[in-house]
Amino acid sequence: MHIGIDVGGTNTDAVLMNGDVLVDKIKNPTTPDVTSGIISCINTLISSRSDVDQIDAVMLGTTHFVNALLQRRELAPSAALRLCLPATTMLPPLVDWPDDLKNSIGGHTYMAGGGHEYDGREISSIDEKELRKIANQMTDEGVRSISICGVFSPVDGSHEQIAAEIIKSETPDVNITLSSEIGRVGLLERENAAMLNACLVEVASKTVAAIRTAMLSAGLNVPLFFSQNDGTLMQSEFASHYPVFTIASGPTNSMRGAAFLSGVLDAVIVDIGGTSTDGGMLIRGFPREAAVSVDVAGVRTNFRMPDVFSTALGGGSLIKQNPLTIGPESVGFKLASESMVFGGGQMTATDIAVANGMAEVGDLRLVSNIESSFAEGTINEIQKRVEDVVDQVKISAHPVPVVLVGGGSILVRNSFDGASNVIRPSNAEVANAIGAAISQVGGQVEKVYSLTDMSRDEALDLAKDEATQKAVEAGGDPKSIEIVDIEEIPLTYLPSNALRVKVKAVGNLI
Amino acid sequence: MWHISEDDLESIAIGAGILGTGGGGNPYIGMLRARQMIRENGPVKVLSPNELDENDNIVCVGGIGAPTVGIEKVRDKQSYYALKAIEDFTGKKATAIISNEIGGSNSLEPIIPSALTGLPVVDADGMGRAYPEVQMKTYFVYGVPSYPMAVCDEKGNTALITEALNAKWVERMARSVTIQMGGVACYALAPMTAYQVQTTAVLDSLSLVKRLGDAVRSARNTHEDPIEALLNAHPGKVLFQGKISDLDRQTTAGFARGQVVIEGMDQFESDKLTIEFQNENLIARLNSEVICIVPDLICIVDSERGEPITTELLRYGFRVTVLGFPGPDLWKTPEGLATAGPSAFGYDVEYSDLELT
Repeated sequence: MHIGIDVGGTNTDAVLMNGDVLVDKIKNPTTPDVTSGIISCINTLISSRSDVDQIDAVMLGTTHFVNALLQRRELAPSAALRLCLPATTMLPPLVDWPDDLKNSIGGHTYMAGGGHEYDGREISSIDEKELRKIANQMTDEGVRSISICGVFSPVDGSHEQIAAEIIKSETPDVNITLSSEIGRVGLLERENAAMLNACLVEVASKTVAAIRTAMLSAGLNVPLFFSQNDGTLMQSEFASHYPVFTIASGPTNSMRGAAFLSGVLDAVIVDIGGTSTDGGMLIRGFPREAAVSVDVAGVRTNFRMPDVFSTALGGGSLIKQNPLTIGPESVGFKLASESMVFGGGQMTATDIAVANGMAEVGDLRLVSNIESSFAEGTINEIQKRVEDVVDQVKISAHPVPVVLVGGGSILVRNSFDGASNVIRPSNAEVANAIGAAISQVGGQVEKVYSLTDMSRDEALDLAKDEATQKAVEAGGDPKSIEIVDIEEIPLTYLPSNALRVKVKAVGNLI
Repeated sequence: MWHISEDDLESIAIGAGILGTGGGGNPYIGMLRARQMIRENGPVKVLSPNELDENDNIVCVGGIGAPTVGIEKVRDKQSYYALKAIEDFTGKKATAIISNEIGGSNSLEPIIPSALTGLPVVDADGMGRAYPEVQMKTYFVYGVPSYPMAVCDEKGNTALITEALNAKWVERMARSVTIQMGGVACYALAPMTAYQVQTTAVLDSLSLVKRLGDAVRSARNTHEDPIEALLNAHPGKVLFQGKISDLDRQTTAGFARGQVVIEGMDQFESDKLTIEFQNENLIARLNSEVICIVPDLICIVDSERGEPITTELLRYGFRVTVLGFPGPDLWKTPEGLATAGPSAFGYDVEYSDLELT
């Protein structure tokens, strides 16, 4: 059995899963220290069970680390070291960061010799003396964590590793994040992501250690895994070194959990909340990734994030007549006091659904003065907007299953344009925790290969092997690992023999 | 005369993306570099072509190479070094700088040497849009020699092309050098007189991209229609509105070739627009009839926000508006069309003017 936990801003949810079967679920408020809320969930789940020894892993999805970034708290004094000279100096590390975030970590940046060309040649060689000097300067500045980013390190990461060894020999206690282990081609974005990771490593180590200790004291001596942005898992020791990989796990777990509950692998997931509707496409059980760069706490990164299309429509959306407008304003969490069915003075989308007989919420008599033709017309418009969200996130014109979750899903009918069928799963309120519990392990590679010394097929095989190896290292059963995605992106405007390849492998936990 | 401030860079980047017609590279890095230079050295001066003096010596600068490399080994002061190399070779100081290409990231390149030297940028360029190759500049079509050219990397290497049979040869040599330099480089070439600029350049194009970007940003702020704002800022037309329904993309010999099919919505319901691209959007067919073709501009923008969508970001489901703008007249002569018209891209289709009504 697995325990899946989702730590959200408001609630900490936990589920106990036996294979594909939901055994138990629990919802508790999130505690300021995060850990005690997690532990109280675990204790509630296992305290009355006699089969605790059947639990073989705990999977955790958390917003704790991204919140640390957003609130600029618990961040380690950190430095960014780029191996690049003489290239790229016009745009030094942290160049486009918000000032307050930069200041909260000290804003220390260094540029040194090193780095590679796209075809693997060196831009310049590593200068050991220079790096020793920088290491000592960092110590003087009180830096406790550093990121190292070499130009084209996704092609050749050796300079980052050599530099790390040199720095380590001068300052053994400093935490080091290598950009080649974090991100893909795109210098500033990868460097930013590595630096976000660097300043989170301390809080991550502390959090992971606290949860592990608490698990042991609750009698759970089993592996702890963290959910990653792409819907796969990493072991807790790994998570304490790479916390940045957890920061977008929330929407991913939600979509995967919803799909699991409805029993489909390819579907559009629509979450209609109080204020907004989010739609995302799940392909073979994983969310489709956004093609554009993603801002994290005001910092541009190139993480693979789920591609979510949002529109301002939800159960609390304000409805106005003559002419009809729906939202974008919403009563939000005050639905239970400000909407008409609850005796309030605002006409919301929920009131319309009740008046139209689609939902039983609050007091039907309080909306009896809403004309049925107006309610019908409004519901038609809401339906059209949700269908529009579905259409925007689909990848082809072909009808697909649509999974509806969220309190606002009472606003829409079951007949759907563009949908092969509409599914409203039960237990959707713990979809995030379930998404964590059912996760597999994965490995991803994105690299530029020079085709001067190898064929295209050899390059693809290398990438597949490396992705598979990463999945095994993450705890995957070698027999179950399969390649789920291969993408080739040749370099444009340059008729040279270089190929950018992205490969992703996933498998079941051993 | 006007000045480019830090705030103007965002507008220029949006407008340059629109005139990039799907290609020209992502202007984000170019915008950051220009911003650093303006922060360090102050606003950059822009001269209208008719403000040039007959003694002026105007040098064209630009970037060359693969955008994928350019986002990793981000460019530095290479165009400044190239400008210096041209000055040294010709023994003549530059008095102003001009862009090679107003579409995409090259629109911002002149700002770097301009900020470093204090020389003004001329409000004009050699394409009035984006094109993939060095020889595709109006300067060379109308008799400006395409050499000398200096190509510089970030390490201190400079290659000088002092003589070439024609501009196509300059392109071949410069691109080979660029590959050796690590896939990205900057160049300076073709020192021009004021008269040459006034007669062979696409005029007022920098102020045009700023105006287009200003229009989009102001429409977003006031929640007005960015498409209408764009058409008010520059004469053109809505070619089509709809949803991307099919996409076929291959990369061959360094070109992202392919086609995108858009299914009509609203007034275009039940129609279909097909756009063929080779990095840039080149030919648009409504059902099967050609309605806009290079050198006229085919610009795909996000219908809601007016954001230009580059070829690599095209995707099923996007709601897009396709705008057509007349290409510069300099491209519509027999010489212009031979260099960068439909036949230069392998299309057996006659050019015909975009009908604006």
